Amino acid sequence: MRPPELVCPAGTPAAMRTAVEAGADAVYCGFQNATNARNFPGLNFTPGELERAIRHAHENGTKVLLAINTFPPAGKVDLWRDAVDLGARLGVDAYIVADIGVADYIARNHPDIRLHLSVQAAASSPEAIKWYCREFGVKRVVLPRILTVSEIKAIAREIPCEIETFIFGNHGLMVEGRCSLTNYITGQSTNYDGVCSPAADVEYRRDEEGNLSTRLGDFTIDCFSCNETAGYPTICKGRYLTPARNEGYYAFEEPISLNLSSLLPDLMAAGVNALKIEGRQRSRAYVKNVVSSFRKAVDAIMAGEEPPLADLIALTEGQKQTEGAFKSKTWR
Amino acid sequence: MEPVTPYPPTDDNARARTFLPAPPLPLFLLQPVLRRIVTRIASQNPDMFNRLGPHKSANFIIDVTSLPFVLHLRPDPEDLLFRAVARSRKPEADAEIRGGFLDLLGLVDGDADGDALFFSRDLTITGNTEAVVCLRNALDDVDGSIAQSVADMFGPPGRAMLSALRRASARKKS
Ligand code: SF4
Repeated sequence: MRPPELVCPAGTPAAMRTAVEAGADAVYCGFQNATNARNFPGLNFTPGELERAIRHAHENGTKVLLAINTFPPAGKVDLWRDAVDLGARLGVDAYIVADIGVADYIARNHPDIRLHLSVQAAASSPEAIKWYCREFGVKRVVLPRILTVSEIKAIAREIPCEIETFIFGNHGLMVEGRCSLTNYITGQSTNYDGVCSPAADVEYRRDEEGNLSTRLGDFTIDCFSCNETAGYPTICKGRYLTPARNEGYYAFEEPISLNLSSLLPDLMAAGVNALKIEGRQRSRAYVKNVVSSFRKAVDAIMAGEEPPLADLIALTEGQKQTEGAFKSKTWR
Repeated sequence: MEPVTPYPPTDDNARARTFLPAPPLPLFLLQPVLRRIVTRIASQNPDMFNRLGPHKSANFIIDVTSLPFVLHLRPDPEDLLFRAVARSRKPEADAEIRGGFLDLLGLVDGDADGDALFFSRDLTITGNTEAVVCLRNALDDVDGSIAQSVADMFGPPGRAMLSALRRASARKKS
């Protein structure tokens, strides 16, 4: 078995250095604009920062993958093309893309740089993945988080490219790359603007008793009583009142994080080439803890040992974790 | 914003009190120290202000629930402000960050994750969420530990104090 690549998040230069030190084989990051799906205020890299960060990562044997994983709206394609060209000049090792127009631009203009298909492209069948490989020379697909390990194994046998799967982090999957919930409320699009639940539209209110309500725009999306754990202010994790239910109801998904620690050996045996940790919006402390835990686990499996399962529950959303669809289609 | 009792009876606060001067603390003695701290951190990390974008001139209240006063921060490199204010005279602010002493220390020590503290309800933010997100990202992009830089300013006693606080924090987590 070849060792899988541990692909780790970097929202800032300091987070990238932390990931490199903690044992990342590759880090992924984005520019400070709508070309990536974590276009959060104060996050991401200026060109100068990315240039220095790439130098540091390469000196330490770590690859840098540039996320250009949103969809350019008509008339704004230049921003995406410029990001691609800048990435090439700075020496990125691969692009992570979702849009076929961006993939086509890269395939024609930067054919020597690896192309990875983002989870946002939601390619989940061998036929879809083979089409991307044939048309754009995609070298790796990041699979949507809707497949069981045995389905991943079956896909691995049929496709001509590498497979990357998420192993830890935010579990807001919906129909990946096609979610319009935030657009409905805020007018900003996750897929075009790169931001779900823009912070400027989020408001937390704490009442006298310590209950916390979360609002997005004009909508209350949850209310946590004082001793309840909280989740991200995303609509997919909201708890709603409906006439059909007696109490608040998670209509889409619960505040919960994916944690596949215990499925790592199965994923590696299934032919997964790269293991991805979500969380570019998280802190250096998160990056250090999660990356070093999975580094130890992967190394132990490669050495034929029982992987140590670190307790990462404190870092999970709502302090709850799941193996999601990877274990069973009935997770919700 | 609801009134906060100076010393809510939490484990965190009980531990933190062991290390902190008991109230009433003459705030005027604290102001030059806070000014020195913020000036030093700003001069060591001039790039961090870029992450604040339009929120450089925002006013933040940092409410350490175990302290009898709140901290008022304006991270504007042209007009830096970091001062202690009596709870009864808390100024209007754009955003408020509220948490236990050891948890907030963990954030500036690069040891705690803000989202995790939010999920566990140990950290509350109110007001302009975008300004808080920018501040968080600016502070998190500082290499090393801001808490360590502050401790170093006070030499061996500062470092000894930080070590003791880190031990208290580790005990709290375990
Ligand atoms: S609402 Fe949820 S599923 Fe939709 S984009 Fe946001 S995080 Fe993803």
